[in-house]
Amino acid sequence: MAAAPYVVIGGGQAGLQICDSLRRLGYDGPLVLLAAESSPPYQRPPLSKKFLAGDLEAERLYFRPSSWFEKNAVELRLECTVTAIDRAARRVSCADGSVVDYARLALATGARIRPLACPGADLADICYVRSLADSEALRARLPGAARLAVVGGGFIGLEVAAIARTLGKSVVLYEGLDRLMARAVSPTISDYYAALHRGHGVDLRLGCGIAAIERTRHGLLVRDANGGEVEVDIVVAGIGVVPNDEIAAAAGLECRGGIVVDAQARTSDADIVAAGDCTWHYNGFLAREIRLESVQNAVDQAKVAAASLLGAGEPYVQVPWFWSDQYDVKLQMAGIGMPHDNSALRGTTASGSFSLFYFRDGRLVGADSVNRPADHMACRRLLAQGTMVTAAQVADSEVDLMQIARG
Amino acid sequence: MPKVTYRHPDGREDVVDVPVGWSLMEAAIQNDIEGIVAECGGGCACATCHVYVDEAYADRLPAIGDMEGDMLECTAAERQPNSRLSCQIKMSAELDGLQVTLPDRQT
Repeated sequence: MAAAPYVVIGGGQAGLQICDSLRRLGYDGPLVLLAAESSPPYQRPPLSKKFLAGDLEAERLYFRPSSWFEKNAVELRLECTVTAIDRAARRVSCADGSVVDYARLALATGARIRPLACPGADLADICYVRSLADSEALRARLPGAARLAVVGGGFIGLEVAAIARTLGKSVVLYEGLDRLMARAVSPTISDYYAALHRGHGVDLRLGCGIAAIERTRHGLLVRDANGGEVEVDIVVAGIGVVPNDEIAAAAGLECRGGIVVDAQARTSDADIVAAGDCTWHYNGFLAREIRLESVQNAVDQAKVAAASLLGAGEPYVQVPWFWSDQYDVKLQMAGIGMPHDNSALRGTTASGSFSLFYFRDGRLVGADSVNRPADHMACRRLLAQGTMVTAAQVADSEVDLMQIARG
Repeated sequence: MPKVTYRHPDGREDVVDVPVGWSLMEAAIQNDIEGIVAECGGGCACATCHVYVDEAYADRLPAIGDMEGDMLECTAAERQPNSRLSCQIKMSAELDGLQVTLPDRQT
């Protein structure tokens, strides 16, 4: 009987990276990638940026040409949703009734959108942006729409708002908290982005959640929690994601707001690893457990997971990084700057090119850079190496941070 | 369709047809050329699609933007006068025959 394959569940960036890394590390046995969507693995970041704007076609989002899967003997099964893992039998079951035996298993199940919960949230035409199909659906509706309501002042909502304004739509954006991207950035950055969006004509309503959505003759009526109401053509919600950890939990794997993995990306079952948005993991760089939704985490943790499947067991010790494009402004984040007890500004907010460096107990813990990529790259290197810098040093634009990083 | 040659550090060459409007990074990814990592997928945010451009084509390339210039200071392999980020070079008919050399590392 042929040896059972290594099986990867999840056709996103982490799942693809696990397959890629397994082959690069020399695994030459059978390998199966089970992907729930109908498209081969593709990049998600452009879905709320260039792709939504109509500047890219879907085929340009794919990570690999179809020939790659053949060349690397990766059996890609599309539209294959895994419904259960039987650890005793080492077998996964799929929604179409098929089963796949595994020798070892990798979970890269990702996350799914958190749906709106208010009255009217079940109206079929409320848009979200998570999958290629989501973004395609929204993109197809934009030409026929003049008025958008965006629910949620996080990265996705703000990127969608920026694209919509660039396309000339009117945009009302609702954020229940009193500032934008509150979970990820400091008030200085939130305020800068609030001014940026208002400057581009977004009707930004902070501290204002939505209460209900109703269908009208000509569109959708959004009632907000403060008693206001606005009629729009499209409602787009970006209020976060939920990790897909249900099949892992049902199989008895430890889950805590994500599939729990150790620094080697191993779950509580020695034959099963997990990587990407779906994991609650220990990052040696942060020296704590966290769940991260990012390209960086998907890629770096997937590499660790692949090595662990092969028994190499190198730990995950990576500096988190992230970026967001809104209008012509690029926000790049290095490290985890929240919380912090001190910060230092490099450059000026008035110039539109600045970084805010964050310190905790005298140590650099992260930086948010606005149209200032060199600071971002220097910060990543400083953090990775644990190089000591002071707030005074980073605040002085004459001090060459990359030179300090290079030592 | 215009062609681009990607030369590997060991001297191997891959010749690829690149649709007009695509970036050299995208063409490398879609043709499975090793040596272009492109962690950020073309956002000019990661400096892992660094290439050295053949001098003969230097004049025909789009100018280096501020962001790209900054990111080129942060490449893993040393920046040379002919260093570019391949995500920022869009293919055009004029660039037909372009040759680029890949650095020995991107991260």
